[in-house]
Amino acid sequence: MFEILTREMLTPLICRMKVSAPRIAAAARPGEFLIVRADEKGERIPLTISDFDREEGSVTIVTQQIGASTSRIVSLSVGDSFADMAGPLGQPSEFVNMPAEELSRQRYILMAGGVGTAPVYPQAKWLKEHGVPVDVIIGARSKDLLIYCDEMKEVCDNLFICTDDGSFGFKGMGTDMLEKVVAEGHRYTKAVIIGPMIMMKFSTMTCKKLGIPATVSLNTLMVDGTGMCGACRVSVGGKTRFACVEGPEFDGFEVDFDEAMRRQGQYKAEEAAAGEKHICKIGRG
Amino acid sequence: MANRIPRVAVREQDAKVRAGNFDEVCYGYNKEEAMLEASRCLNCRNPRCVAACPVNIKIPEFIARVCEGDIRGAAEIIAEDSSLPAVCGRVCPQETQCEGSCILGIKGEPVAIGKLERFVADESMGEAPASCAPAGGIKVAVVGSGPAGLACASDLAKLGYDVTIFEALHKAGGVLEYGIPEFRLPKERVLRKEIEAVRRLGVKIETNVIIGKTVTIDALMDEEGFKAVFIGSGAGLPRFMGIPGENLCGVFSANEFLTRNNLMRAWRDDYLTPVRTGAKVCVVGGGNVAMDAARTALRLGAEVHIVYRRTEAELPARREEVHHAAEEGIIFDMLTNPVEVLGDEKGWVRALRCIRMELGEPDEDGRRKPVPIPGSEFELATDTVIMALGTSPNPLIAKTTDGLEVTRRGCIVADDNGATTRPGIFAGGDAVTGAATVILAMGAGRTAAKAIDEYIRTMT
Repeated sequence: MFEILTREMLTPLICRMKVSAPRIAAAARPGEFLIVRADEKGERIPLTISDFDREEGSVTIVTQQIGASTSRIVSLSVGDSFADMAGPLGQPSEFVNMPAEELSRQRYILMAGGVGTAPVYPQAKWLKEHGVPVDVIIGARSKDLLIYCDEMKEVCDNLFICTDDGSFGFKGMGTDMLEKVVAEGHRYTKAVIIGPMIMMKFSTMTCKKLGIPATVSLNTLMVDGTGMCGACRVSVGGKTRFACVEGPEFDGFEVDFDEAMRRQGQYKAEEAAAGEKHICKIGRG
Repeated sequence: MANRIPRVAVREQDAKVRAGNFDEVCYGYNKEEAMLEASRCLNCRNPRCVAACPVNIKIPEFIARVCEGDIRGAAEIIAEDSSLPAVCGRVCPQETQCEGSCILGIKGEPVAIGKLERFVADESMGEAPASCAPAGGIKVAVVGSGPAGLACASDLAKLGYDVTIFEALHKAGGVLEYGIPEFRLPKERVLRKEIEAVRRLGVKIETNVIIGKTVTIDALMDEEGFKAVFIGSGAGLPRFMGIPGENLCGVFSANEFLTRNNLMRAWRDDYLTPVRTGAKVCVVGGGNVAMDAARTALRLGAEVHIVYRRTEAELPARREEVHHAAEEGIIFDMLTNPVEVLGDEKGWVRALRCIRMELGEPDEDGRRKPVPIPGSEFELATDTVIMALGTSPNPLIAKTTDGLEVTRRGCIVADDNGATTRPGIFAGGDAVTGAATVILAMGAGRTAAKAIDEYIRTMT
């Protein structure tokens, strides 16, 4: 189970893998995620499903190496298997269940930041397949951190690429890019933003300014991913919601991003310590 | 006379020592101690203990075998009614069930039925289980590998059904795996072995399958050929208080804290799971889950307070857990109710604002209702708050199964036999009752297994 069928490094830190997971592939829809565990002692890591192939029974995941557990995922090779993979989890994207008539009136702008570009791909693909106009903005710090540019071109009407340092495409952030394309006359009825929390916060603010309703996909902390632990709780419109079962997508205008960013960093100290040296966990303090 | 012998004390790890490790607190009886304790049983003609046991284990009969030194024989008697005796001997609230109705308890101490059950189970662990019917039977699906699911699956396998358990997490056991800590229920030495015994009956366990998401119940029945389904998905959703500041960093559900430690083994250095307690932890609640969270935090090095709105007498936890927690140095702040979680400038918990309570008139459960004392608010400084306020059933299955009725509180509607509002679909345990005990869930699983057998017989 969960054998790695293909593996490639998209950047020195970002790895794309196609994994055999027939049950998940059969049920997956855009916007949903899965939980993966590299080995017996690893953490349960939530990852958005970047693509799925029902016939082959495979799902594609894209992992950015940031801590010990993601490093273990990236270190696996073709032919290796994950200890566990569970999903699909969460709710599918809003457009999946939108009535056809309403969907036909939409023009989507998808904003992708960094590794968040990967989960944008199945959304663009779905919209394109359903004949909905869709443009995509991919933003990254610099040229060598851009991913999915070629694949994305195939599944959207207009692809806009920007880098913070100007090493490729437009020089500036995704927010600048969005203002530019809107100024040039592009019109959108809905935005979907996926990327680092800080990028989603500022992109949402720009969307608000431009009057484009914005959906964000929150990558909160999670343990089980099925509603049991509550680690993923976020304040949306002043109410506590569980990103794992009610999300991960929420109305960006309603999300308390500052709280979400603080909560996301709750275990930073512990993880940094674990990465540096062996720490004994019993009887501290 | 037999009943003049005092209850044989059980050996335990020293409280100071165990507060710094995750080894099992209670060592259990050895054979000599078990035989002596067993000799205290009066073998009542009308054994009230059996009636008080949710699965009606033939208690005096197995105890008589222990008394004779026939441990194998005792194990066989228990196995007729229970598939998880090593678990139940450890986690059942015996004081309100079998031992609570023991005649000896009226004037003295009841027979230590739980400790005897545990001894028998531990001694006979790994031995071949009762023979099961040949394979190739009719397919039945069981959702959830907790006590209800394991009990139901065992009974169905013994009746010759081809049973598959679907488990959402990566390890089987449900609450026994993610909820109950190692020091109360050793995972490898006890739980794994009991689950292996269920597997030896021919039960298949497929982990990482979230029914309602990965596959629906209808797909199991229509496409995968399962003739009946038992839902034993438990009560996994944590409750919060709904007070200001609950989303501050450092406020966790007991489920998260315990899952990190139990299922994800955060307390062990060789696992990557992070866990955080800080120097001082407040656990809000008074049930077994609160005790488990508190004692886990203590073992991770924190000063721990249990914050509970009634008094020690009303604590719903097993008496033994409260006693052990107190021995280990947990501080009990009774008649105290949090009204707000206070944070620092970085968004981390710094204190709980609490109000003092007093007990008023009895409520509908007969427990005296706690009432706030006006003007008695105070701050309790703390780094970490763990909410252990109970859990409710996960709506995932009910939402994705048409015609499956649930109550206002999200519990699946089922009759006394476990039959739901959908033919062929049965349910039991916490998914039906809301959070209760391991043994009640096991009892419900067994009852449903009988009903499923009858349902399939009438169908074919």
